[in-house]
Amino acid sequence: MTSAEVVGPDRAPPLEEEQLPGGFRGAMERARLNLRTGNLGALPIIVGEIAVVILFGFTATNFFTSVNFVNLITESAGTAMLAYGVVFVLLLGEIDLSIGYLAGIGALIVAELQLPGSSWQMNGILAMLVAVAACAVIGGVQGSIVAFVGVPSFVVTLGGFLIWQGVILNKLQQRGTIIIQDRWINYTDAYIFSPTFGWLIAAIFTALYPGSVLYRKIVARGTQIAQQSWTSATLKTIGIGIAAFGTVAVANHGKIIETPEGLPLAGLIVVFFFVVLTFLAKWTTFGRHVYAVGGNAEAARRAGISVPRIRVLVFMISGATAGVGGIIFAAQVNSVALTFPPGNLLLNAIAAAVIGGVSLFGGRGEVRGALLGAILIGTLQNGLNTLNISNGWIYIVTGLVLLGAVTLDTVAVRLQARSGR
Amino acid sequence: MVEASRPGASTTLLPRQRPVMSDTPLLQIQGITKAFGSVQALDDVDLEVRPGEVVAIVGDNGAGKSTLVKCIAGTHTADSGRILFEGQEVHIHGPKDAGRLGIEVVYQDLALCDNLDVVQNMYLGRELNRGQILSEAPMEQHTTETLKSLAVTTIKSVRQTVATLSGGQRQSVAVARAVMWNSKLVVLDEPTAALGVAQTEQVLALVRRLGQQGLGVILISHNLHDVFETADRIAVLRLGRNVGVFERLKTTQQAVVEAITAGKPTKVAGIPSAAPAGAGA
Repeated sequence: MTSAEVVGPDRAPPLEEEQLPGGFRGAMERARLNLRTGNLGALPIIVGEIAVVILFGFTATNFFTSVNFVNLITESAGTAMLAYGVVFVLLLGEIDLSIGYLAGIGALIVAELQLPGSSWQMNGILAMLVAVAACAVIGGVQGSIVAFVGVPSFVVTLGGFLIWQGVILNKLQQRGTIIIQDRWINYTDAYIFSPTFGWLIAAIFTALYPGSVLYRKIVARGTQIAQQSWTSATLKTIGIGIAAFGTVAVANHGKIIETPEGLPLAGLIVVFFFVVLTFLAKWTTFGRHVYAVGGNAEAARRAGISVPRIRVLVFMISGATAGVGGIIFAAQVNSVALTFPPGNLLLNAIAAAVIGGVSLFGGRGEVRGALLGAILIGTLQNGLNTLNISNGWIYIVTGLVLLGAVTLDTVAVRLQARSGR
Repeated sequence: MVEASRPGASTTLLPRQRPVMSDTPLLQIQGITKAFGSVQALDDVDLEVRPGEVVAIVGDNGAGKSTLVKCIAGTHTADSGRILFEGQEVHIHGPKDAGRLGIEVVYQDLALCDNLDVVQNMYLGRELNRGQILSEAPMEQHTTETLKSLAVTTIKSVRQTVATLSGGQRQSVAVARAVMWNSKLVVLDEPTAALGVAQTEQVLALVRRLGQQGLGVILISHNLHDVFETADRIAVLRLGRNVGVFERLKTTQQAVVEAITAGKPTKVAGIPSAAPAGAGA
């Protein structure tokens, strides 16, 4: 004590955070503190999702069936994929309006490449890789115009929006719908895992979060990033476990005529990208630089970060995830038609990310927000559909939820600012 | 990705203390000239900084202070003149070159990212990683140690975002970041411009500590109070020219003000250092 006082007369409390009591009580206290200071995290959206599921579970007769549940997963999968890309673009404080039709380009490329009888016909898996790579390159080109020439991303990607829409129109107006027969491509939507494999995936997914906590507690022992309490980690793990195992349980439960249902591949693809992109955003140098450029591009530049490089890479990610999403959407209908992309794909993807708490001004948000937002939008639209409510009302409700979520987030941020956190 | 200047060597600042005010100059600027079109921003300017010395550069708006800093930082290249660092002529072509020599610049408008925490800002652009995976633990430890060695003790947690810090704390983080990278010369551009009284004191104390730890410090300031609180020597620029170098203990604020507003170039007649200190009163 005395030796510490020698260091300086203006010695403030040591650098460690104030200790809250451990255990369950500590976790509750922390939660209450977070609530009061507006640090809500993913809580509102999870509560919202639960409320929506309960509401539709009681009102819509066909909602709470495993067949519909599997539909819900495959329907949300494409939106979630696009929303992942949106998260990265928004983290930079940019926007990508081209992803809806870029998804269409991805679908068009796989459809062309799998066409039986054509000279370029190739294996479905290879075709998908080529399509996703092509979308990444297109994203990179658009990103380069933003990064090196300095044209606002809104304008560049609005141009992309029109150009890729035009390309799809030109191609499909003369050709008509292209049917996708390749089973690998169609599997991205329709392949159903055996129940056992479904459980295995749920177990692995559930284990990832406590695994990362443990890793930090061992590797970063003694530092503040390792200071998460065991209680909160346990509670979160239980929550993730309920969601993962619950999903697989409901999916495994049903049967379409004689074919048993189960976890669809589309669900696994979405989870896979969720894990990979979360890792990229939170654990790698690249991810750190994305947040830095979004927070203060000038500071990032002065710190020696190549801002144009980060911008181009992010637009490449956005293009690639759009391509993957497009393939999943095409696989859903086993074809690419003039009606592609379905519905309000672009706006749904942006709404999903924004509902998930990603700031439009850059530097704030997480990949999980895109997943949660896409699930919420998917559930709402699916539930209203099963209730036979008109498309008009579905748009109105989606709009209101978007507005509500962003309002809540804005209020929360203001609360945080006031409480100095 | 790990650069030549690893922070491991620099986090323990205390053993590095050198005899204060060594005689070999750390930085010598000789006859630097820089013009932007027809505007002569710097005209035959000299400057010398020794290790452990705080040199203030003062002057009115447009005196060439910022241009001089940018020449040292490598943002601008001088039209003519020489820069010697530790006795050897160097050519600085960018912030990276400057960093490699051990020159760090802390800019007026604080090059920090508000959305990142203290550790993330300290290592911005120079993150420690294995493969591409961030090594958070050593970064956090070194940050804590660096702040401690500079007696920056008011920051509660190194994991709070910079947005939640006060102006003085933010400036301290920016200075600490400059110091952490094995730097020998720290250039501070108006470090107290936006700060309140108490916070200014906090930063000035930090500046003095940098000098005591053997670093060379260049302090750009408008505020003569700050300058007289910290600097060992005061170099005055006027219209891009040297108009005098004052020893802080042997001069008055009034003499410096006169040099700023009406100083005559010291090298015009080929007679260096006709310091207008005597001509003052």
